[in-house]
Amino acid sequence: MKNKKLVYSIATLAVVILVLIVLDQTLDAYKLRIVNLCAIYIILAVSMNLINGFTGLFSLGHAGFMAVGAYTTAILTMSPAMKAQNFYMKPMIPFLENVQLGFLPAIIIAGLVTAFFALLIGAPVLKLTDDYLAIATLGFAEIIRIVLINTQSISNGALGLKGIPNHATTAWTWGLAIAAVVLISLLITSSYGKALNAIKEDEIAAKSMGINIFKHKLMSFIIGAFFAGIGGGLLGSQLGTIDPTLFKFTFTFNILLIVVLGGMGSIMGSVISAIIVTISMEALRFLDESINLGFVVIKGVPGMRMVVFSLILMLVVIFKKDSGFKKNLALMVKKYAKNK
Amino acid sequence: MLKINNVTMKFGGVVAVNNFNATVEDGAIVGLIGPNGAGKTTIFNMVTGVYKPTQGSITYSKDTKDYDVSKMRPDQIAKIGLCRTFQNIRLFKDMTVLENVVIGNHLRLKSNIFSATLRFPGYVKQEREFYKKSEYLLQKVGLYDVRNELSESLPYGKQRRLEIARALATEPDVLLLDEPAAGMNPQETKELMHFISEIKKEFNLTIFLIEHHMDVVMGICEKIFVLDHGVLIAEGNPKEIQGDPKVIEAYLGVD
Repeated sequence: MKNKKLVYSIATLAVVILVLIVLDQTLDAYKLRIVNLCAIYIILAVSMNLINGFTGLFSLGHAGFMAVGAYTTAILTMSPAMKAQNFYMKPMIPFLENVQLGFLPAIIIAGLVTAFFALLIGAPVLKLTDDYLAIATLGFAEIIRIVLINTQSISNGALGLKGIPNHATTAWTWGLAIAAVVLISLLITSSYGKALNAIKEDEIAAKSMGINIFKHKLMSFIIGAFFAGIGGGLLGSQLGTIDPTLFKFTFTFNILLIVVLGGMGSIMGSVISAIIVTISMEALRFLDESINLGFVVIKGVPGMRMVVFSLILMLVVIFKKDSGFKKNLALMVKKYAKNK
Repeated sequence: MLKINNVTMKFGGVVAVNNFNATVEDGAIVGLIGPNGAGKTTIFNMVTGVYKPTQGSITYSKDTKDYDVSKMRPDQIAKIGLCRTFQNIRLFKDMTVLENVVIGNHLRLKSNIFSATLRFPGYVKQEREFYKKSEYLLQKVGLYDVRNELSESLPYGKQRRLEIARALATEPDVLLLDEPAAGMNPQETKELMHFISEIKKEFNLTIFLIEHHMDVVMGICEKIFVLDHGVLIAEGNPKEIQGDPKVIEAYLGVD
């Protein structure tokens, strides 16, 4: 049975890769960008799901992690000449100005730096629970943003960084997205994943069974942050320009929306929901513009898309609490299989 | 050997346990009884690290090593071999029966999180052993047939047995059972008594249990501690306890 599952996964993976190759060859630059953006959102959503969905930590620090990852990748991949052009207000620290790495080492270092930040913030903050943790992590994300605005000689402050080399090709974005999904799936099906799940369900029982709660929460937090940093790095690389305002709280909220829509604690749910949300964000752009219905013209309101998305989120939360729908479906399938 | 020395637990102004002393010898079955609110579960919570005693100490000696349990975290206490069940069953509800028991093995896992995620051979081998052991334990407690059901869907009595199986998976030396017979009918209670003596023999356990069913306590315990309003009022073998006027007074009251 285990082998069958493995064959199934490999077959799915092969199909996905094939489809991506075809898309990469046929789509125009704008559409391909959206396809690659899907991969970036998959990484962000899956990493957030590991922290919030599987471990049950109510963390809202994702935008902060992404900012750290994006800035690290940008600084490590930009050429010294480009950096000199950016930092006209105040020169950059010479060591950082002269360093330039390939994309792979840069993005991995970005992940590691983000993980280190997660360790620093997680050690004091993960003793908190629920809404207190949410407030503390939210504060952390804001602090990162304010620090980025004020460290002129490292991050170029409010001016941001421009001319980041674009490495976010289909191969890189989807390659890293597949790696993230596979690694996190393997993690949550391992003994450690079960322990994380146990912590989410009943902390007192989990620690009485010998699970070191704090250590496990911290591990989950750090690994989630690592992938969030990689996602942030890819995003910066795709956009070509980043500044602190990009990583506001609303960005965390967008990712949270994807995770909740896909179902807390469901990897496949997050993947599918990331794709759907990213594509509809673009496809629903017409909502922001004025719509001519022939007999009446609706004036365009910028931000209308987000209103629609918020409404969808509300409906989902009302009708699909805790992905109970999915559980029921799984039970039905199981019963059906048994009767057969 | 588990030694509880002059332990006091205060919650604000309320003294839940006052100057309690007890010794649980290796290989014994020891009972802790007392009327509702006497502080029995508080003592269990202190022994398993959920509460830190306000005063006094709890020590556990094993293989010529002494541990100060009152200064350790619950997970560390479970690792040195003290594991418990709960009065108000605390299973992992969204997981299957088998998964619940497998989690009990997690504390004996040698691989770190990376070798587990990447499925290094050492991890795969140990995980297979965990599953084998868990299936064996489920056979022991008679839940093997329902191993793939959600733990939530089991009837009450079976949930209690699953909690015991999960605790056994941590490879304890001392098993602390908090009201294992609560909510069971006389027939089930009888089976439970038999079951407890059986696992004690097979896994070479020391058993420390809280119980309200007098037949259970009097039937299997070698030594009994009686607690009333947080104070130890009697200790001894079942016969001595049954004849102790203080115990009768605590349970039945006096005119």
